[in-house]
Amino acid sequence: MSGRGALAAAFAAARREDRAAFVPFLMAGDPTLERTGELVGALAGAGADVIELGVPFSDPIADGPVNQAAAERALAAGTRLAGILELVSRIRRRVEAPIVLFSYFNPILRYGPARFAEHASASGVDGLLCVDLPPEEAAAEVLPALRAQRLDPVFLLAPTSTRERVRAVARAGSGFVYYVSRTGVTGERAALPAGLASEVRALRRALDLPVAVGFGLSTPEQVAAVARVADGAVVGSALVRFAAEHAGEPDLLPLFARRAARLAAATRRG
Amino acid sequence: MKWARNRRGWPDRAGRFGGYGGRYVPETLMAPLEELARAYDHARRDRAFKRRLDDLLASYAGRPTPLWPAERLSHEVGGARIVLKREDLLHTGAHKLNNALGQALLTRAMKKDRVVAETGAGQHGVATATAAALLGLEATVYMGTEDMRRQHVNVERMRLLGAEVVGVESGSRTLKDAINEALRDWVTNVRTTHYLLGSVLGPDPFPRMVRDFQRVIGEEARVQLRRRYGRRSPDLAVACVGGGSNAIGLFSAFLGDPHVRLIGVEAGGRGHRPGEHAARFGGGGAAVGVLHGTRTRVLQDAEGQIAATHSVSAGLDYPAVGPEHAALAELGRIEYTSATDREAVAAFHLLAETEGILPALESAHAVAEAVRRARRLSRRALVLVNLSGRGDKDLESVLAYDRARAEAAP
Ligand SMILES: Cc1ncc(COP(=O)(O)O)c(C=O)c1O
Repeated sequence: MSGRGALAAAFAAARREDRAAFVPFLMAGDPTLERTGELVGALAGAGADVIELGVPFSDPIADGPVNQAAAERALAAGTRLAGILELVSRIRRRVEAPIVLFSYFNPILRYGPARFAEHASASGVDGLLCVDLPPEEAAAEVLPALRAQRLDPVFLLAPTSTRERVRAVARAGSGFVYYVSRTGVTGERAALPAGLASEVRALRRALDLPVAVGFGLSTPEQVAAVARVADGAVVGSALVRFAAEHAGEPDLLPLFARRAARLAAATRRG
Repeated sequence: MKWARNRRGWPDRAGRFGGYGGRYVPETLMAPLEELARAYDHARRDRAFKRRLDDLLASYAGRPTPLWPAERLSHEVGGARIVLKREDLLHTGAHKLNNALGQALLTRAMKKDRVVAETGAGQHGVATATAAALLGLEATVYMGTEDMRRQHVNVERMRLLGAEVVGVESGSRTLKDAINEALRDWVTNVRTTHYLLGSVLGPDPFPRMVRDFQRVIGEEARVQLRRRYGRRSPDLAVACVGGGSNAIGLFSAFLGDPHVRLIGVEAGGRGHRPGEHAARFGGGGAAVGVLHGTRTRVLQDAEGQIAATHSVSAGLDYPAVGPEHAALAELGRIEYTSATDREAVAAFHLLAETEGILPALESAHAVAEAVRRARRLSRRALVLVNLSGRGDKDLESVLAYDRARAEAAP
């Protein structure tokens, strides 16, 4: 284990309560960092176990239309990585749930991986997932930087991953592993893929790390189905879209919290 | 020489050209890239594959393309002899078909039945649609709507060839955004679909595979120079650099010959300010970065967000450059310079009027630089220019450009 252990602890706590961890995703700065702070507060109150904060990027090749639009709004509002780190340190005073930044590599590379790790750690970030940085490419520069600051490097695995690749992620990653439920980009889907349960079971047997499943989950029913087989369920686009659609409403925060609480409740296995 | 030593064996097993290249992609694509690399490594040693490709290149595509001594142009310029490698005469009108045929054959070998591609100028899209029609593959081509507007003749050609052309509305609506969308399609359909990438860009094995398929340009030129001029090499070889495939294709044959100066020409656009050009080596706002699966020089802002670019030529209008170019630039083996929109359009007219050849606006950037250099060289010097494509697709762009300038003039 290389991080401070907050991610591992969050998954362990959920397991003790016989539920999967609820892992919501939001795009930082969509539509402003201030709003993101409020939404994260609502998520924490609604029972989020781990919070993923997206770092907006101009060319998000792994994202569907909802997260693309969210990144565009965040960038249009002038969101910068340094601002996101400041937001995390402010959130930290109120929110205990571990926070993972979900980014593309170029903003991190430009910031400087070592400098990023230092600042992220000081802000209270717990882990980093770079969608376009597989363990091979992370090895030289990013992994040592993260480890030196006790941040968890979180990696993706996918239905196309071979056994060798699962092993590479097992060696390089810590905190948890993010299993992409299907080949494709982020976004809501009507149904979960047929083979998901058996794929996740096989993965959990092969790994010592908790396995969270994401990409395509939006309803409490889907979260419940994932919770039966995985250690965590990630919901992204559905929450991003909900917050955007209700952005102008005075009761956005309670509405959003209620939506999140329903998803969180669906993680109970009993 | 330093570069000669370093270059041997590039890229390494991790797909790296020195500090550039690699595979920066979502996990879903990692195993498919490993599979593609294996399939390609098998194909390039397979005699039957090579025979099949050589036959297509000769009997279908029209190789070898001629080497044309542009005497009237050279005379007009008054300096070195300018010689054109006529990739514009290749079937479909640009060098892009060399690579499209190679990868389409490979797609068949991998037992996939669909290809996706990006296109800027439309030439790679047309080449892909052509190769797909020939080999019975389904083809979807992504193209920014700004490029669809300025290269609409090629949009019609692709559709007539049976390809689906999907307009991309995001970002700057140009090549970068088309690649984003092609990658999203590929990551979704990777089990049945090959991404037929059109330049020496993207994750390994694309930069080396596309380079190898384009090597034929330089290999032929080398033989033709010897036959026609009794020379082993030119003094100068010049090519335009979008992603860098026609340039690498020509330069590969001369990299090992230290007497040949190699010059890559980028899009200087309207000026040096970020957003006004696509000069990854010379312009403002370039730094080492990661875009579309590879580590290379990328036009970006201080936050690592990818910059907007501008060029009159859609095929050069892209914020990153092939990783091998970034590495060769660092070693000083290739010099990079740029031609502005205005210089490229002027070179377009000059070549049309002196040689009866309408070059693609991309290629016109190389012609502009060749003319600039030839002027300063002796009559015995020989400047080899890769005329990467023909200009039929650009008539409207050139006319519109000339009209706008005439109106702006007092
Ligand atoms: C005629 C022509 N030349 C050059 C290019 C630039 O690509 P590359 O740098 O890969 O040769 C294009 C791309 O569309 C093209 O159509």
